[in-house]
Amino acid sequence: MRLPRQSLFLNNCENRFQPKLLGRCLSYARLSLGVDLNEPLNLLVTESLTRQFDDLVAVDHVSFAVKETEVFGLVGPNGAGKSTMIKMLTTLLPPTSGNGSICGFDIVRQAGSVRKQIGYVPQMVSADGDLTAKENLLLVAKLYDVPRDERLSRAVEALSFMNLSDVADKRVRQFSGGMIRRLEIAQSMLHRPKMLFLDEPTVGLDPVARSSVWKHILELRDKYRTTILLTTHLMEEVENLCDKVGIMHHGKMVALGTATELKAAIGNPEATLDEVFILFAGERIDEAGGFRAASRARRTARRLG
Amino acid sequence: MIEVEGFVCKAFAMVQVETTKLRRDPTEILSRAIQPALWMLLFGQVMSRSRVINTGSLRYLDFMAPGILAQSVLFTSIFYGLSAIWEKDLGILQKYLVSPAPRSALVAGKALSAGIRGLIQSVFVYVLSVILGVHLNWHPLDLLGGLLAILMGAAFFSTFSLIIACIVKSRERFMGIGQVMTMPLFFASNAIYPIAMMPPWLKTVSHLNPLTYQVDMLRSTMIVGGTNNYPIGLDLLVLVVATIAAILIAARLYPGLAQ
Repeated sequence: MRLPRQSLFLNNCENRFQPKLLGRCLSYARLSLGVDLNEPLNLLVTESLTRQFDDLVAVDHVSFAVKETEVFGLVGPNGAGKSTMIKMLTTLLPPTSGNGSICGFDIVRQAGSVRKQIGYVPQMVSADGDLTAKENLLLVAKLYDVPRDERLSRAVEALSFMNLSDVADKRVRQFSGGMIRRLEIAQSMLHRPKMLFLDEPTVGLDPVARSSVWKHILELRDKYRTTILLTTHLMEEVENLCDKVGIMHHGKMVALGTATELKAAIGNPEATLDEVFILFAGERIDEAGGFRAASRARRTARRLG
Repeated sequence: MIEVEGFVCKAFAMVQVETTKLRRDPTEILSRAIQPALWMLLFGQVMSRSRVINTGSLRYLDFMAPGILAQSVLFTSIFYGLSAIWEKDLGILQKYLVSPAPRSALVAGKALSAGIRGLIQSVFVYVLSVILGVHLNWHPLDLLGGLLAILMGAAFFSTFSLIIACIVKSRERFMGIGQVMTMPLFFASNAIYPIAMMPPWLKTVSHLNPLTYQVDMLRSTMIVGGTNNYPIGLDLLVLVVATIAAILIAARLYPGLAQ
């Protein structure tokens, strides 16, 4: 981890006291502490994060960091520990040991503050099929403390951003898988989170819907400067979307770097990421993974398809 | 103050979801009207004729109507936890829990939603009662008291059900437990016979059963010449305290459902 502790602390303060002036003062302070301002901050940091279920270690002492506005891809087969990792980072599941922080807030001790900073799209379908797209958005706006007079305008903006304006008043039940995913991403962005977690955002989607979701994720990062962590087991997704990749296998982070770095590490710049995975994990990505994870992935795929 | 406003806003957001769904698809709640109708038509008629249950000055059908109303609300509310497990399987629950909304606001919103459902169901039972010639009391204050009893009863039993859901976590296990729970709750109460008729051990159980207080409150407000075992204030107090306690417990257990 490159950043010293002080800067984490400052980052934390900055988030707690919103005023711009204070933010600027803190930037100077950061500078005077010898931290390069041009170096993006680590928005997410974990240290030996671990989660154990009975005798299964789902996430095993994982340490990594995600920089501001980065799209970070967590790669691995079903059952590698990606979803457990996301559950811990989104405060749904307390870690067994280790630490994690987002925007400087501890994911266990300051879970409430973390929740204000993040958006989350679960692997499963989380939009309510019996409500319309707009109703789904307004519900989330209320739960996330979006100011009353901005709820509607933000919902309308999100719908148009995701190309869903035409179907705003249609029930989500009638949507295609790709439309549901775009709506869910719109929901997770309404409160302008600093960090967005997408768990298998394109699972079960056809190639056209998939690339549309990719396009929207990248636009969203560019427009709102959102930092994104997504999980996937598609190498194509990594190559199209991610600035940086972490490869997980049996709960451990077995490799970390940009796609180019990983290819260089195995001594073959022409290698596909599939080949990279085989080298680091010792088996092909689609052969690993257990029954439970596989059945869940299929269920989601069925419901979206 | 801002926190209270936020709490209320979030709880009502949950209620709004429920009412929207009910408005779009009322078939489910309509089907719930069948069971109380059967009880009043079959059980009620037979018991009225045979006069084996001593209900004092009240006709048996009048005595029974509030009990059946409470029962129909109970039978719906007690399966409320099932929808929470369903929401977990869908991923909707995860989205709720990642939001900064206080867990207690989410749970209270669910409880209030169940209360709204209960109120709609009670309209059916009221209509049925009018048709069967039950002597209903239409005094506005009594009507209000009756609505409150239904609201609180539904809120309590739905939250109780949510607690069970958070403990058992799977639909199959919940179905089994739900079936096992409803009958004892119903029969260990004053819903269809007075407490005075019960053996001593069952009397003790019925005193611990919130359904008894809900029925008692309904019986003193819904029927002309209605009787009660407890002061109405005590009935309400028991229901409110039980509901708040259940909401606090459920709010602690709710996040565990998503793990």
